[in-house]
Amino acid sequence: MSKPLPAASGHFRRSYADEFRLIETRFARIWATVFTLCLLAFPFLASPFYVDLATQVFLTSIGALALMLLTGIAGQISLGHAGLIAAGAFTAGILFKEFSLPFWVTVPAAAVTGALLGLIFGLPSLRLRGLYLAVSTFALHFVVVYLGGEYETRRGFSTGILVDPPKIFGWEIYAPRTWYLVLLAAAGIALLVCINLMRARSGRAWRAIHSNETVAEALGIGIARYKLLAFVISSSMTAVAGALFAYYRGFVSIEAFSMYLTIQYVAMIIIGGMGSLLGAILGATFVTLFPYLIEGLMSALPGADRLAGSVFAVNYAAFGIVMILFLVFEPQGLVGIWRRLRDYFQLWPFRYRPVGTKS
Amino acid sequence: MQLVVNILVLASIYALIACGYVLIYRVSRVLNLAHGELMMLGAYLLVATASGLSNSPVAALLLALALSLVVGGMVYLFLMRRMTGEMVLAAVLTTVALGILLRGLILLIWSASPRHPRDMLGWENPVFTLPGDARISLYAGLLIVSTVVVYGALFLFLRFGRWGMRMRAAGQNPLLAAQRGIRLHAVFALAWGLSTFTGATAGMLIALDSGLDSTMVMIGLKAFPAALVGGLDSLAGALIGALIIAAAEVGVIRFIDPLLADVVPFLVLIVMLVVRPWGLFGTREELDRV
Repeated sequence: MSKPLPAASGHFRRSYADEFRLIETRFARIWATVFTLCLLAFPFLASPFYVDLATQVFLTSIGALALMLLTGIAGQISLGHAGLIAAGAFTAGILFKEFSLPFWVTVPAAAVTGALLGLIFGLPSLRLRGLYLAVSTFALHFVVVYLGGEYETRRGFSTGILVDPPKIFGWEIYAPRTWYLVLLAAAGIALLVCINLMRARSGRAWRAIHSNETVAEALGIGIARYKLLAFVISSSMTAVAGALFAYYRGFVSIEAFSMYLTIQYVAMIIIGGMGSLLGAILGATFVTLFPYLIEGLMSALPGADRLAGSVFAVNYAAFGIVMILFLVFEPQGLVGIWRRLRDYFQLWPFRYRPVGTKS
Repeated sequence: MQLVVNILVLASIYALIACGYVLIYRVSRVLNLAHGELMMLGAYLLVATASGLSNSPVAALLLALALSLVVGGMVYLFLMRRMTGEMVLAAVLTTVALGILLRGLILLIWSASPRHPRDMLGWENPVFTLPGDARISLYAGLLIVSTVVVYGALFLFLRFGRWGMRMRAAGQNPLLAAQRGIRLHAVFALAWGLSTFTGATAGMLIALDSGLDSTMVMIGLKAFPAALVGGLDSLAGALIGALIIAAAEVGVIRFIDPLLADVVPFLVLIVMLVVRPWGLFGTREELDRV
């Protein structure tokens, strides 16, 4: 694809090197630096509670990015995301518990498990489309969760597997701040991988498949290959996120990977905005912070005290409502809102973009 | 013999729920993933009417059934109507969101503790012994009976009823149907109402038989493979699919491992998707229309 030029900057690309740049203008560079510095400084300024929240956001962002690649960009609907996260978490947990392997082995092992599962989850996509594909991944979710539960009961870990904090270069990652930085790095790497996949042949192929499979095939894109590639990459990223989740929580139990987790991830990419990596991150942030938001609202509102015993149920109901509101009134998601706002300020005093340019 | 009875009871549960999936899919091509929750809501409606009308149990039951029909129609009129014409995925995800919303509301209103509507209505649940030394409870028997009645009625309704014919027409070609003066929204709302009604019937009978709590959603989800194995747009298929799933599940519980019970329907589903994705009696072209 040809990248759109940075908006209204008078910036032109004059060499191939320019075409490959990730950040093109000085304006963008300055803000990217400031943003990164803020992110790096955050754990030293904020209280542990907020550091933990931010860490959770990074962790879910990895999973959301992976699902966005698969569903938002390649157009392959998956309802088995929780199963893949469970697979990653369990691979790490089992390898740690049974063979006491270090972090450096278990996480790549989780990636390999994820890739293999991705192949299995992806095979039906060669024959099935849309709803039927979603159903097949949905069914596979139950199989993975069953296998995890079976392992737990057979080995006598029916309450879950305890995982010790990992060691990197003799450093034990335990403090919230260290975790924050590690997961920030992980999420950053995941984002970079996704951006580059999107800019390369694979990203073009996926979007072509999403738009129209028949045309994509006529253009010489290996449909089967790229569909499977999308599943494999997305699943192995998800499984790594699962393994990191296991280490972060220090505990793996199959209870955590219910259908509701899958729905949350799907909600992230809808609420964030389909087909946009930024959307995946915004959605992950929104969905992760949402329960805390509701809790805060409930303690702030008078008369909400009598619902205090049922925060869980209120969460469920509110989450359903928010999802419905986004689906019905803002199908473009948070990214759509962001784009409209940006356009408003960028184009002012005009209303519309010139014909032929895309925001 | 007991095994056969168990299979029949489970199959009728699945069949009764699965026809809800089929009705909505057949008419509007939407997969209703909130069906389990709607069915649970129906059962809780019975709890509500039972506590209100505890001196006239039959009226409570009938009122709850009528309410479930209305609720289903409302779901279409206020929510799903906005999703017609949108991407199928968006509509399906809306049903998922609806399911979460309903689950939260049910927890809020009725809390998570198990309920026993049968005790509230003051009815007994005697156990009968059939020839061959098989035992069956009254409400399990009623489940089988009502499955037969519902399927018979649906068959007659779709075959000969005026609205049934309109429903079939809307399912086959919505544009043409609308051109011929069929009110699509009314037809779709009716399909949602009927589907919730049948689901709620199943939910109420299960609740009357063995109590009610939030795990009922799982039964609704497990009925979904039954609908798909039979073919998502075929009512007869749903019956056969329910029998297959129930037989597989009961067989596995009896002979292999009870822990597998919750996975078996989905294993059968995967096999079916690999071998014959459009189901036993489904239409093949459906796959491309999704």
